[in-house]
Amino acid sequence: MNANYTLPRWADLVLLPAVCLAVALLAAAGVVALVGQEPSEVLSVLVQGAFGSQRGISYTLYYATTFIFTGLAVAVAFHGGLFNIGGEGQAILGGLGTGLVALWLSNSLPAWAMLPLMLLSGALFGAAWATVPAYLQAYRGSHVVITTIMFNFIASSLLVYLLVNVLRPAGSMSVESAAFAASAKLPGMHEALAAVGVEWDASPLNLSLVLALLASLAVYVFLWRTQAGYRLRAVGSSQSAAEYAGINVRHQIVIAMAISGALAGMVGMNEIAGVNGKLLLEFVSGAGFTGIAVALMGRNHPVGIIFASVLFGALFQGGAEVAFEVPGFSREMVVMLQGFIVLFSGAMVYVIAPMLAWVLSKVLKSGVQHG
Amino acid sequence: MDEALFAAMLASTLRVSTPLILCSLAGLFSERSGVVDIGLEGKMLFAAFAAGAAGAAYQSTTLALLLGVLVAVVLSWMHGVACVSHKGDQVVSGVAINIIAAGMTVVLGIAWFAQGGQTPPVSPAVRIQALFPGLQEAVSSIPVVGRVVGEGLLSHNALVYLSLLLVPASWWLLFRTRFGLRLRAVGENPQMVDAAGVSVTGLRYAALTINGVLCGLAGGYLVLAQSANFSANMTAGRGFMALAALIFGRWRPVGAFWACLLFGFLDAAAIRLQGVQIRGFGEVPVQFIQALPYVLTVVLLAGFIGKAVAPQALGRPYSKER
Repeated sequence: MNANYTLPRWADLVLLPAVCLAVALLAAAGVVALVGQEPSEVLSVLVQGAFGSQRGISYTLYYATTFIFTGLAVAVAFHGGLFNIGGEGQAILGGLGTGLVALWLSNSLPAWAMLPLMLLSGALFGAAWATVPAYLQAYRGSHVVITTIMFNFIASSLLVYLLVNVLRPAGSMSVESAAFAASAKLPGMHEALAAVGVEWDASPLNLSLVLALLASLAVYVFLWRTQAGYRLRAVGSSQSAAEYAGINVRHQIVIAMAISGALAGMVGMNEIAGVNGKLLLEFVSGAGFTGIAVALMGRNHPVGIIFASVLFGALFQGGAEVAFEVPGFSREMVVMLQGFIVLFSGAMVYVIAPMLAWVLSKVLKSGVQHG
Repeated sequence: MDEALFAAMLASTLRVSTPLILCSLAGLFSERSGVVDIGLEGKMLFAAFAAGAAGAAYQSTTLALLLGVLVAVVLSWMHGVACVSHKGDQVVSGVAINIIAAGMTVVLGIAWFAQGGQTPPVSPAVRIQALFPGLQEAVSSIPVVGRVVGEGLLSHNALVYLSLLLVPASWWLLFRTRFGLRLRAVGENPQMVDAAGVSVTGLRYAALTINGVLCGLAGGYLVLAQSANFSANMTAGRGFMALAALIFGRWRPVGAFWACLLFGFLDAAAIRLQGVQIRGFGEVPVQFIQALPYVLTVVLLAGFIGKAVAPQALGRPYSKER
């Protein structure tokens, strides 16, 4: 459709995302300058805070873990031709699934049985929450974007209701469940590393990171190395062609959303099983939407998503440091930057790509003439 | 239900519904022209911030409202540049607007006012006050209906009445004028409009401009009438609720209006029922009432209570060469 420009493959995969990111950073730097801060100072504190210490790196990777899950969720749905805005709600339900089995069984089951059960339950809850909008899109013709938005609100109301009225221990003032028994605690990265003789400071970073990397690998293998993944991508590329090839489009819509929801649901392993050890409000706090930015930046590929997640993890961790160090600065700066990234590498990519192609053609042509 | 309660419920329903009505109509114009608008929430939030900041800084209601509207219109145009002029993804662009608004309003608020993201309260002189205070007094003395009419219907400010007037006005504009016919046509079949020699892009930008103005008014209402200052994320999902109402009203002005009133009523009822014990039932789960608008919208979309049919070309960028 947009045949008036073409980018070489390397430029499309590497240069374009980098340029989009640069534009978003420039826009954010503009706002930083507008409010009277020094962008370069903010940037150096941010990088120092995110990567300058063992603690910073741990926090960066801890945030990145959640974003890998939600980013993968958006990407799988995208490859099925669907835009899953409901990562937020699916992650809430996933955390609920993770937490409910822990509350129910953590007193009687050992960790080796408890933790897989929590993972499974979280993934199933997330998948179920995504399957309803998928079913409604596939069989009743309602649009998945709208229904997943609605499901986000329903999920957060449900979580508040359960925590306030059902799960809160009698007499407790804070809106959270009782703490799980020790068997429901996913080991921290420092504990795992200590077991193999590496010293690492205690931090929220936990074994969910390994899980997230395994999930990335699994998503890659599924999408590009299996027939089922091929069918899913075929539906995403062209529903009519897929239909003609004998693929049941409706089934694929439900499958894509179920996998997507399951991935988002695994956020519970990081936040609930890995860190908090109890159910509480606000454990997702926007990660579902960050997943959209991550998937857009990572071009919906697991490798790209891992890099983009680390970038966003660094922004969140570094942003917290900046808010601490630089007076008049707030963490919302990072939220804003995230918005700019969605804008420029998602919505405005058709504005930027032709310009880039034009510049690139000039540069390459002059290179040929000189050579 | 006794009279005083009825009057109070009617009044608070209308007050809560006003931003929903304005935002729903905003979404109506955009979506009827074929442009999906997920960004209602962000535009309303940014407009509220602009109105709050301007109201506090310049002590002028007019200026505050104008700046709110201006900011929302600029955001609408940004949506247009990405999605109408350049065929970007409309949903992604809307999500971007929401996230940028949520972040940037707090960043600017802290930098300019240093009150944790809030703006200082605007003075009572700048706030939009009840339109006919005298009339309310006069009517209240009438027995039986006096209170309901006085407190329920006549106690409101100009923006409430404006939003009520805008419902028939939008209907007239969309369904009884040439511009409205073209605007609806561009949402159903842009090729046809193009073939008739009318600019698809121009019509969609016009729709987005109206959309921005209405979102701006909704944001201004939140800051200048409902509360006295801007606070972080003060729209709290109202933009999405307006979107739900628009769908619940099947992309029609009057339908959307009734949906907004229903959702506004549920919201007002939820606040009133907080912690209330009902005999034989226990405490009313307020969260259930709060989730009800979204549940109802999903049920409607699923086709279980009638069918909501979106404009045919909704969400599809128009490219001439096809």
